[in-house]
Amino acid sequence: MEDYEQFRQVAEKNREGNVRIPSGCAICGYFSRKGNALPASDAVNAMSYMHDRSNGLGGGFAGYGIYPDFPDHYAFHVFYDNDRAREETETFLKARFDISNMERIPTRKVYGIKGAPLIWRYFGTLLPEVKAHTELDEEEYVCRSVIHINTGIKGAYVFSSGKNMGVFKGVGYPEDVGEYYCLDGYKGYCWTAHGRYPTNTPGWWGGAHPFNILGYTVVHNGEISSYDANRRFMEIYGYKCTLLTDTEVITYIIDYLHRKRKLTLSDVAKVIAPPFWSRIEKMEEQEREKLTTLRNMYAPLLITGPFSIILGYPGGMMALNDRLKLRSMVAAEKDDVVYVSSEECAIRSICPDPDRTWSPAGGEPVIVELDKECVK
Amino acid sequence: MTHINAENMHFSALTQMVKSADSEVTIDNVLGQRYIAAGVRGKHVVINGIPGNALGAYMDGCAIEVHGNAQDAVGDTMNTGTLVIYGNCGDTAGYGMRGGKIFVKGYAGWRVGIHMKEYGDYIPEIVVGGSAGAYLGEYQAGGRIVILGIGCEDRQCVGDFTATGMHGGKIYLRSRFVPDDLPPQVEVSRVTDKSELAPLVREFCSYFGYDADELLADDYIVLTPAAACIYKRMYTNRPM
Repeated sequence: MEDYEQFRQVAEKNREGNVRIPSGCAICGYFSRKGNALPASDAVNAMSYMHDRSNGLGGGFAGYGIYPDFPDHYAFHVFYDNDRAREETETFLKARFDISNMERIPTRKVYGIKGAPLIWRYFGTLLPEVKAHTELDEEEYVCRSVIHINTGIKGAYVFSSGKNMGVFKGVGYPEDVGEYYCLDGYKGYCWTAHGRYPTNTPGWWGGAHPFNILGYTVVHNGEISSYDANRRFMEIYGYKCTLLTDTEVITYIIDYLHRKRKLTLSDVAKVIAPPFWSRIEKMEEQEREKLTTLRNMYAPLLITGPFSIILGYPGGMMALNDRLKLRSMVAAEKDDVVYVSSEECAIRSICPDPDRTWSPAGGEPVIVELDKECVK
Repeated sequence: MTHINAENMHFSALTQMVKSADSEVTIDNVLGQRYIAAGVRGKHVVINGIPGNALGAYMDGCAIEVHGNAQDAVGDTMNTGTLVIYGNCGDTAGYGMRGGKIFVKGYAGWRVGIHMKEYGDYIPEIVVGGSAGAYLGEYQAGGRIVILGIGCEDRQCVGDFTATGMHGGKIYLRSRFVPDDLPPQVEVSRVTDKSELAPLVREFCSYFGYDADELLADDYIVLTPAAACIYKRMYTNRPM
């Protein structure tokens, strides 16, 4: 217990925002169009081939279709600094959700993983009376509940809040984080993975990738120079950036544009990584007008700076590079499975002989979704 | 003759083994190990698999063959030697290259030949069989880049923003299409004298089995910085 308290204090002191270290990352994802259950261990192994893109200060995974026993329940994964934060959060959750199952997320001791917070998960559905009386739609209600916990309950961070999906992340190398969370026991139709090399901040459990809200997860390699402009715009719409690192805001931007504004994902890509005006001028009238409108309407959501991201969402995956392609990204395909990664070696470690490999252009999204007949 | 099985080997162990090996090295099961033959002099290295980033960086006079695809930053700042890739390569191949040759059978990623330069007899050369991504020859200060565009005869074989900031060297394109967004300081002309191009195309064909005469019979365009480009006069092509 004393040990834990010590770690906690160190973690608190070194929390992002308190320290700045002036100083790359690895991302990988794969998706079965037929909805086949793919093992998480492939992602864990693949990340080990890009070991040197990370520095041990963050690793994480997101899996979709991993909770077939609770397909319609929100699966909340929560970090707690202490039991007080847990009790307060549980009271909050139980007042709003019918919790069918709650447990500590199974972990194992791993050399190289230390200073872990308390890590719990809850499967719940919104209580009918809450649903009946709120003026919000269900997803918005859940989204705001998550933001409420993250901003209002000290020492509690909901780091995963979608249905039939989950985020597993922490401080350490991604291979170790995967081992820590016993990911060898999980299967899903989509996995995304991240190895972190924080360039400005010391790295903490909440700041590891993937970042999540509802079913959206984002893993990101790069640095957003437009972070403050993006964050200020998102705050107008009630999104509070609490995790003190730039990727969080990308997740909220996508939630806002895709879930709330109902833009298609290819249009979302045109907002955050649009073509240059010099390109737009040369386009056919209809496309030109559309892009001009999108760029003008959502100018503060343009993301500048180098990035490659993989977005996971229920039933799909999208990979996107910044328009200058200042970070690497390789894609490959074999039968119904699509792979994307910072480096080709990671893909080949899972799939030695893909049908094709290609390198997506900057600003050109790679979008894969479940085949219609495979949506359960 | 040294034979190395690189399966599950960390790059630091592998690079040490290559450095201490004799002059003929074959490495099997390469998967993502960085810096292979980086800074190494005068060896013949055969790589089977997918070498990691910065293959042959700073190398001096090695001959490297890759039977597979290469990742990013192939031949970064290399000095002399030859890299032959029997596949595709990633972004920034030949970054800041100072001499030597890179041959790629397939396509190449973005920013090929960024910042490549030449000095005196050191004239770096890159030949890509397929297409190349955007920002080809960005800030190019010297050397020769040849994009053969095999398989994309009906469209542009280069991406947007080719030759941005170019102020030295030449970019040859086997293509009917002139990139429509060339910067104002870059001039385009049809190639009439293929004496400089021919040996490069022939060497490319000697590795990958294409018909050199057939490729050379086609029309080429060449991009060069205009005489009026002040940086050309200030910083390049001036051996002391």
